[in-house]
Amino acid sequence: MPMTENDATTATKPLIVAFCCNWCSYAGADLAGTSRLDYPADVKIIRVPCSCRVNPLFVLRAFQRGADGVIIAGCHPGDCHYTTGNYYARRRMSMLFGMLDYLGIERDRTRVEWISAAEGAKFAATMRDFCSHVAQLGPKNNLGELR
Amino acid sequence: MHGIKDAQAEVERISGINAAKCMRCGKCSASCPAFESMDVHPHKVVSMVADNDYEGLVNCETLWRCLSCFTCVERCPRDVQPANIIEAVRLLQIREAGENHMPPGEVPDMLDDELPQQAIVAAMRKYNK
Amino acid sequence: MHRIGVFVCWCGSNIAATVDVKKVAETLGKEPGVAFAMDYQYMCSEGGQGAIRSAIKDHALTGIVVAACSPRMHEPTFRKAAAAAGLNPFMVEVANIREQCSWIHRNKQDATEKAIILGRTAIAKVMLNTPLTAGESRVVKRALVIGGGIAGIQTALDVADAGFKVDIVERKPTIGGKMAQLDKTFPTLDCAACILTPKMVEAAQHENITIHTYSEVESVSGFVGDFKVKIRKKARCVDEVACTGCGDCMAKCPAKKAKSEFDQGLRNRSAIYIPFAQAIPNVPVIDRENCIKFQTGKCGVCEKICPSKAVHYDQEDTILEESYGAIVVATGFDTVSPEPYGEFRYEEYPDVITSLEFERLCNAAGPTGGHLVRPSDHKEPKRIVFVQCVGSRGSGECEKTYCSKICCMYTAKHAMLVREKYPDSEVYVFYIDVRTPGKAFDEFQRRAIEQYNVHYIKGMVGQVEKKGDMLLIQASDLLHDKQLHIEADMVVLATAVEPEKGARNLATMLTASMDTNDFFTEAHPKLRPVESPTAGVYLSGLCQGPKDIPETVAQAGAAASKVIGLLVKDKLITNPCIASPAEPMCNGCGLCENVCPYGAITYEVKEVHREGKRLSTRVAQVNEAVCQGCGACTVTCPSGVMDLWGFSTRQILAEVDAICR
Repeated sequence: MPMTENDATTATKPLIVAFCCNWCSYAGADLAGTSRLDYPADVKIIRVPCSCRVNPLFVLRAFQRGADGVIIAGCHPGDCHYTTGNYYARRRMSMLFGMLDYLGIERDRTRVEWISAAEGAKFAATMRDFCSHVAQLGPKNNLGELR
Repeated sequence: MHGIKDAQAEVERISGINAAKCMRCGKCSASCPAFESMDVHPHKVVSMVADNDYEGLVNCETLWRCLSCFTCVERCPRDVQPANIIEAVRLLQIREAGENHMPPGEVPDMLDDELPQQAIVAAMRKYNK
Repeated sequence: MHRIGVFVCWCGSNIAATVDVKKVAETLGKEPGVAFAMDYQYMCSEGGQGAIRSAIKDHALTGIVVAACSPRMHEPTFRKAAAAAGLNPFMVEVANIREQCSWIHRNKQDATEKAIILGRTAIAKVMLNTPLTAGESRVVKRALVIGGGIAGIQTALDVADAGFKVDIVERKPTIGGKMAQLDKTFPTLDCAACILTPKMVEAAQHENITIHTYSEVESVSGFVGDFKVKIRKKARCVDEVACTGCGDCMAKCPAKKAKSEFDQGLRNRSAIYIPFAQAIPNVPVIDRENCIKFQTGKCGVCEKICPSKAVHYDQEDTILEESYGAIVVATGFDTVSPEPYGEFRYEEYPDVITSLEFERLCNAAGPTGGHLVRPSDHKEPKRIVFVQCVGSRGSGECEKTYCSKICCMYTAKHAMLVREKYPDSEVYVFYIDVRTPGKAFDEFQRRAIEQYNVHYIKGMVGQVEKKGDMLLIQASDLLHDKQLHIEADMVVLATAVEPEKGARNLATMLTASMDTNDFFTEAHPKLRPVESPTAGVYLSGLCQGPKDIPETVAQAGAAASKVIGLLVKDKLITNPCIASPAEPMCNGCGLCENVCPYGAITYEVKEVHREGKRLSTRVAQVNEAVCQGCGACTVTCPSGVMDLWGFSTRQILAEVDAICR
């Protein structure tokens, strides 16, 4: 990782909530662990059966309670354990993220990623990248103050 | 040799066709009634666009041999529309020679009661891209 | 009042080296609702599990959190331990402090902090857990196979051999499918009938197999383990039991102008007919559209002549109702009509034929007795042009976007057969790409070129015209950049395969999903290739995608093994982490049904209490045996009524809150 990103990460310590689907991304996170691939401790993972279980409400609640970034990780398109769940997640989140951006929660604070159970390295790299992006943005606008 | 300009992007911009869709089956050249008179055959025109061979394209005789009968467009299984690609290359070539573009700003000056409005519309369609 | 127990695992040094486990246990022990906290070297060991069991009893715990490795690893272990101590196994949550904490962080302080947060999150969740009980549903020990081609026959045989009853439903008057029409099979060139007909006989004689030909599935309800299926047995007008298959009726039938479907219309048949000599059952059927008795009322020859009095004009369709534990779809394929591809003039010139017609022309039991001749004048062809990819690999309205997979091989086979029958003939094959992956396949195709001197030309045919009694073919030769003009006797079109027309209707009945090409989709493209996403529905053969005979048979066997795996169970244990609506609030809008990939949601009119009133309203019902617990419906529900056990909205929000505290 370049120095600048490293500095940014350590400077602000963002709080990241990651929703990972049980079948692909959560397993990918486990593989990152088994392979001892480092990513910032700021990431806290919540296990959901499928990315389509992630209600936009959960994302809003995370930002409301002080999260700096929210990432949703699911199976690759076509690989969803439940066939189509990740497509629903993608559509719902692209609607939500557009609205959040309008509200002042920048696009870089939200992300949907496809990470398979075999992509431990991708999981770690994605989390590192996401953390550094969020960290660079600095403190988040408070949802309450946006009114 | 790849040309100085991006032939593929230009052709795609003018014709709206992505030459990379071609699967090189040769149906166009198999159907073409003007095949024998061409120096570069229809399937090759498409692949030259995909390969960005700008010089080869604008200098080939085929541009003026193609009858625009649209048999290839009708038959192409992947909707690559070779005849429309050839037409786009013709336009490229005409523009290379200059005096060919018709920006919308020039239209008011051309208006005159003698000239059918249809002609201007047709010219706009062809030369404004 | 919650009494939560927290168990922090060291995992030897795997966790303890980077996480201060003592501190984690101590901190979590002070969380509200936590009645007990401890740390131990290996929680998953017998000692660790014993500690969990005794803590549950001694401290009357209502839920436990184990902070250890990934729940994908030991969640079942800890659930079992909890159950052994009398705690509902779904009152267990695992905080993943190994894979997602100790193994990825170097700094002990950071890792310890994160482990505490993860533990707190799991505590917040477990407080909202509900005791769940896995349900049970019955398994009817009988399978239904829809389609009686080689795929259906093979699946039925394999399931029947394992001792289960199987019913085959076939739409046509005989089983056998497309393979029965073929002449030789690649790459070994053994005769299709010689390897298929014994299997047909075996299926017919198997004590566990019942064959319903000339029948269709009318409706399907129920779910995995207990499908209720209505089968329409169309009226044959011939008593299947009484008929001896003597064939007198066919010989005497005066209406002989119907086109034989089995021979691809290359031969005529009588109105009362058996599709082919080895048909099973060997019982004729009356084709009412061509029967003089049915059309004019004057005839009745077959009824009079039948020695066993088996012909009954007044026979009517009957509906069978049967229960099945599993359903296998083996509906197979058809080939597209070359009609939309006008350049080939298929409709106009009889000597332009499809590959399936070519199979019949080569077949010893076919319309010409295996004598390969032109359909127009019955002359032996000297020059034959084969065209590949007709209707495949296109992007237009009439073309299929996929590669039909089998055409390269059967065209090579046809080309060889021609060269073998007529050594002085010339054979051209126009191809775009030659695709021959498969055991001994490429060698086979190379043999066509190297030993049989077949001319493979990279290019396509652009036009077919008539010149005298010959066909004039205009084509491109891309490697030589030439346009060719070939005079030929016959043109054979390798037409694309497509799923059987009725398959979509069936898919709707089964709530099995299909792709845009009407092929059935598999539950997972790599890992569950023979199961449909709908539990209890399995896929066999071409209904799932283009494939050749060996692949079809392999898939048929695989589907059978899945069916057997299901049918040996006496009861199905259902996953209790499924969707469930809060009925009184449901307004029956129907959105959840639309997103459910399994068809698990139906609607029922029920009496509910809403806002102090009793009213009768439409509410969503989730079938516990069918729901897989993905949660798509929970997010779609506009009133937030639908929830998912084990991953409820409140639980996940509590987790979010705990992380963001």
